[in-house]
Amino acid sequence: MKTWNITTPLTDSITILPTAGDTVYISGIIYTARDTAHKRLIEIMNQKKTLPFELKGQVIFFVGPTPPPPGYEIGSAGPTTSGRMDIFSPKLLDGGLKAMIGKGPRSMQVVESIVKNNALYLIAVGGIGALISKSIKKSTVIAFPELGTEAVRELEVDKLPTIVGIDVKGNDLYKRGPESYLSKIIK
Amino acid sequence: MKTINCRDITKCVKDMCIEANTTITPDVTKKIEDALNTETHPLAKEIIKQILENIVYSKKTKIPLCQDTGVAIIFAEIGQNAVISGGNISEAIQNGVKQGYKDGYLRNSMVFDPAIKRENTNTNTPAIIYWDVVPGDKLTMHFTPKGGGSENMSRIAMLKPTQGEKGIEEFIIETVKIAGGNPCPPIILGIGIGGSFDRCAYLAKKSLLQNLDKKNEDQKLAAWEEHIKDKCNELGIGPMGLGGLNTVLAVNMLWEPCHIASLPVAVNIQCHCARHQTAVLSGKED
Repeated sequence: MKTWNITTPLTDSITILPTAGDTVYISGIIYTARDTAHKRLIEIMNQKKTLPFELKGQVIFFVGPTPPPPGYEIGSAGPTTSGRMDIFSPKLLDGGLKAMIGKGPRSMQVVESIVKNNALYLIAVGGIGALISKSIKKSTVIAFPELGTEAVRELEVDKLPTIVGIDVKGNDLYKRGPESYLSKIIK
Repeated sequence: MKTINCRDITKCVKDMCIEANTTITPDVTKKIEDALNTETHPLAKEIIKQILENIVYSKKTKIPLCQDTGVAIIFAEIGQNAVISGGNISEAIQNGVKQGYKDGYLRNSMVFDPAIKRENTNTNTPAIIYWDVVPGDKLTMHFTPKGGGSENMSRIAMLKPTQGEKGIEEFIIETVKIAGGNPCPPIILGIGIGGSFDRCAYLAKKSLLQNLDKKNEDQKLAAWEEHIKDKCNELGIGPMGLGGLNTVLAVNMLWEPCHIASLPVAVNIQCHCARHQTAVLSGKED
């Protein structure tokens, strides 16, 4: 298993490097979006209007953070369950999105779309939002402020820790991980 | 006359909201530490280490353990001789949740209408309150913030009575398999058996409040809990669903009598970030 330090925006020459199970530290600008924000982004795309941020080469983090306490840029900020975004992700990937950060397995359609678009699905560990918030240096709401925690935020991150869940070849750690563990204990 | 004042109830609930969201109790921490010791899969070990590191960091900084600070659930046990003063007891609890989520910089995760507009209530209320009347004159409140990710993977079944133990076990294991990496394993399973359609779900949730250091008082259930835990840990799902021994940290069961035609079973899944607090209020001279 390798470790990669990558900076956004991402290009194919970067996304083809890591494989499922590798550690990836993300630095640069990323965007937050969860359920309702996804629904709205897709509606904007369907109406051929301008999105609140340029999708090309970007990374979306499925997160709805807690409010920042005084002296902090953001509160607790771990991943939400990615599966709820499965119906939206292929269209965003076709639009140029290069990586998603979340937790939990993805559908077959998302895996196929990841392969087709040379993208990555990155896993952040769930339930450790306090620890993850350490790597978020700046947070600005850029769209849908009325959604509160579900608003789209631009985050400036420094070495946000992730694990490659699905790589550009479609290798899926949610299948490979348990299989690899079980094959070792049977031996 | 000694009374329990609503002001004190509100303050108590507020404090529990903040404390629960930044503290993992020793019984749960111990189970996670045990998981680190028994785990053999390298990535799984690394994930468990991060979970333990997060517990220490949240306690120190008061940044919530998880961004999903949950739906506020309160199991309240009111002594039949308790006297409440200074307002309405349910409102006092709801106000405590409002204040706790505001002052603790916790996330508001509740929406008014669940199906159409889904507008945030911006207070994290309404809290869900379960009442029980018990002997005595005290008010005991158990608070647990319940995250959506694990709640979404919970299931209920109305089995045929003849399916018995085997049917129950199969349903539980199937539920853990379907949940996979979604509910943030290693998980705790709250199992409710019997009662009725709604009652078994209540029992499943209530069982999640049990202290993990203590064995189930019902010996049959205590043995069954261990057996189901071992069976689930043969699945290889592991921490965060990425492979490993530790899929289930603990199984808590509660059962009750039920109708001759029914065998209701509910599996309430709790993520590794299992947060709960308990407080007891006694009456004071006004």
